[in-house]
Amino acid sequence: MRVAVLRFPGTWSETDFAHALSLVGADADILWHADADLRGYDAAVVPGGFAYGDYLRAGAIAAISPAADELRRADREGMPILGSCNGFQILCEIGLLPGALVRNRHGEFRCDWVHLRIESDRTPFTGGLRGAVVRMPIAHGEGCWVADDLTLARIEANGQVVFRYTDARGAATPDGNPNGSTANIAGLANENGNVVGLMPHPERCSEELLGGTDGRRVLEALTASRHTGMVSGSVQ
Amino acid sequence: MSVTPMISGTTTAQPKFRLPREAGLTESEAERIRFLLDREPNALEWGMFGAMWSEHCAYKHSKTLLRTLPTTGARVALGPGENAGAVDLGDGLLCVFKVESHNHPSAVEPYQGAATGVGGILRDIFAMGARPIAVLNGLFFGPPEREATRRLVRGVVGGISFYGNCVGIPDVGGHVTFAPGYADNPLVNAMCVGLVERADLRSAATAKPGSAVYLVGSDTGRDGIAGASLLASFELGSADAAKRPSVQVGNPFLEKLLLEATLELVALDAVEAIQDLGAAGLTCASSEVAAKSNVGMRIDVDSVPRRATGMIPYEVMLSESQERMLVIARPGREADIERVFARWELHGVRIGEVIADERLEIRSDGEIVASLPPKALADDAPEYDVREWSAAPAEAPQMDTPRVDEPVQKIGLELLELLGSPDVASRAILYRTYDQMVGTDTVVGPGADAAVMRIKGRLDGIAIALDAQPHVAALDPFTGAAAAVAEATRNLVCVGAEPLAITDCLNLGNPERPEGAWQLERTIAGISAACDALEIPVVSGNVSLYNATHGRDIWPTATIGAVGRIADVTKHIPARTGEPGDLVLLAGSAQVSLAASTYAGLRGHSDGTVRIDLALEARLQRFVRAAHARGAIRAAHDRAEGGLGVALAELAIRDGIGMKVTLPAVRGIDKRVMLFGEGPSGIVLVIRTADELLVRAIATEHDVPLWTLGAIGGDILEIAPVLGTPVASLVRAHRDGLGHALGRAS
Repeated sequence: MRVAVLRFPGTWSETDFAHALSLVGADADILWHADADLRGYDAAVVPGGFAYGDYLRAGAIAAISPAADELRRADREGMPILGSCNGFQILCEIGLLPGALVRNRHGEFRCDWVHLRIESDRTPFTGGLRGAVVRMPIAHGEGCWVADDLTLARIEANGQVVFRYTDARGAATPDGNPNGSTANIAGLANENGNVVGLMPHPERCSEELLGGTDGRRVLEALTASRHTGMVSGSVQ
Repeated sequence: MSVTPMISGTTTAQPKFRLPREAGLTESEAERIRFLLDREPNALEWGMFGAMWSEHCAYKHSKTLLRTLPTTGARVALGPGENAGAVDLGDGLLCVFKVESHNHPSAVEPYQGAATGVGGILRDIFAMGARPIAVLNGLFFGPPEREATRRLVRGVVGGISFYGNCVGIPDVGGHVTFAPGYADNPLVNAMCVGLVERADLRSAATAKPGSAVYLVGSDTGRDGIAGASLLASFELGSADAAKRPSVQVGNPFLEKLLLEATLELVALDAVEAIQDLGAAGLTCASSEVAAKSNVGMRIDVDSVPRRATGMIPYEVMLSESQERMLVIARPGREADIERVFARWELHGVRIGEVIADERLEIRSDGEIVASLPPKALADDAPEYDVREWSAAPAEAPQMDTPRVDEPVQKIGLELLELLGSPDVASRAILYRTYDQMVGTDTVVGPGADAAVMRIKGRLDGIAIALDAQPHVAALDPFTGAAAAVAEATRNLVCVGAEPLAITDCLNLGNPERPEGAWQLERTIAGISAACDALEIPVVSGNVSLYNATHGRDIWPTATIGAVGRIADVTKHIPARTGEPGDLVLLAGSAQVSLAASTYAGLRGHSDGTVRIDLALEARLQRFVRAAHARGAIRAAHDRAEGGLGVALAELAIRDGIGMKVTLPAVRGIDKRVMLFGEGPSGIVLVIRTADELLVRAIATEHDVPLWTLGAIGGDILEIAPVLGTPVASLVRAHRDGLGHALGRAS
């Protein structure tokens, strides 16, 4: 499987993702945002960072990069696209995912391990994982997902919520919510399920040495999705 | 060209001041400059000398003593003198590191001061061609109940978080002290560690005549004119608000671009020399590169991109605008350099050239506005030997150990109080605002004895610790500094590493006063003695003097950053409690006392005498490393603030498992002192029962005392005969203590 990892000037998780993808047998190429060509790839990752410093609003400037059009094109062809952290913010900014990410309710940047319940297996990143309670790191200052009531009702009804913050037992409590996100939402998908964004960092928990391997399950689901033909989104 | 350039002070190029004193120079320093130049400098030249000969840039009061530190060793790849030092990890990989202070800017403007402190130390590392992989912080504040302290903590921690998170370098550990000695003058020290292949190591000493000089990064503004150089060279006083414009403002996104562009230029081998712009800005960067490379430099000051209009050459040459680098191109590679700048959307401009004649020639508007020998600026500042006037304080610290007379039944509550006290409680509410994991190399992050980093593609890893012993140093700067070196290296040993080298940040008061001079002398002597005993060199460092407010010095504070190597990173000693049934041992010294202890400090005492047996420390570290090499160590923890009681509690907190232990019986040491007393050279070890004989044999071989205290198990920390406390209570006290102390809702 060939995976494109997009790099904006202030991205800092691109090599982390490339490394984690290599652990699950995927070939990852890091592509510069200004001339990224996603044709020929099986999936794309928009990793974390501060794409353009993000002094204005996370992801706001990245949304006018040529890479935004390329991501929209790849989405039309059904390519699996994963956005993590700043990548999730960018996918929301360019309209591939609903809602927006705003400053954490407590106002602080927060780096910690959190628990998540996987709510949907109808994405190429969560096949077979529905109901699993996993542990992943977060590291963000603007990870509080917000949307109007109609949008929230729609994505809940459509089963587009993919990851929800929970406590260690898998209950979506206020204490388990690290940033005040609406309905404890940590990650969601578009209507087709091919585009998924989440604030946590699966690439940071893909090795026992780093304290956990739950992120690897997400990346493995991606590589497995191709073999099982669950997603027919390859652009080739 | 050796003509005396004639620059009259009448042109607009010249700053206002007429006297050397206004540039921060003493009359004898001015005399020395006139002698070196054989002429009267103009005002711009006085300004350039004033910044370069400031304490911050020239180390006038410390250079002589710093030469006494051991700086060589089998693993040293680069000792002090460059932007940072380096040790050899083997197979061509170097680990580059340095610790630096940003005290005065942080006192004046905490958020930007701390942020730009991180920026400065990162640039020191990537200017060497190394990719930064970790930062650590040493922070020293006044009492946490003071509103001023709380404001400082919010500002400083916020600034570190803002800058480091955006650039994307994990913050993996550090040290925080709250003590009265820092109430008026907080300390903000930052350490950065990077990695570089030996072939890619870059230097500031390799510029050659004819090469183009580029200035890249931020445009040059009026922010921080002579800020760090002068601000850090005088005491803080009531006029500090007026100095606020001298504090620089940080742009971490630009730093990230500069970092990536610099490393790309190194990979392309397109640069001859690199130097970051820090204190004294362009003056320092250009004169240091020229002096180290035995060349000169011609700079057209008008070509420097500016943020403000009407800036005179003095302002351009002394601006400390952040996120700037001086890049000397390899001849013929100018196009490559400009292409890389453009790709990273950086403003990089050719501002001059390297010349053979050893002169730093500044041109503006077609005339030469300054022309100075680089070595006079960079190397020829006077050195003052503080030993000539140093004197121990007349009022020697009292020698009697504080008494303890509380009834024994309160001892469990005392342990909880200590666990939640500002110097012991968990720092998680601070470090959770730092990204600790970006880069996916952090094996052990903040909160452990030392951080552990893996290196992708290699079996070995590195361990990093940053420590200080300010309470001990307040009583005796020699022992405090030696104990800091011992603790930092001991913490490396506690995660299974072999200490390789240290970097030191010396934060001291006014060296012109006899007591300040004595503290400087004794601090350096303490580091030197510990380094000799532990056979560990100093490869880089920084000295911050004049940490005094209204005539009152801070406590003498040596912040020691230590780097070690773990041969197989998967076999580091993890920060866990151990398995039920495992044995708990104390190794090293049981000669603890309440002098300078956290326990006594909470009761308003700070007197007494602390002793360090450096030979025992060396044997202890060798013993633990030998036992770990035999696979016998399940867990280890340094006995530090709060003594053995806190060390055992912190061990239990790790996995939430209790233990049942008995205090060692040592003649003349009361049970409470044994529990809460502090002293160097103690490590709590957890081993399998089956390994006890082996571990005892290794301890005997290394002549290290060893006590078997008890065994892991249950959910109570039971320390016979004095206390039994549920681990859950320990966890709460430790977790919530700092938030309570700082008045924050938990």
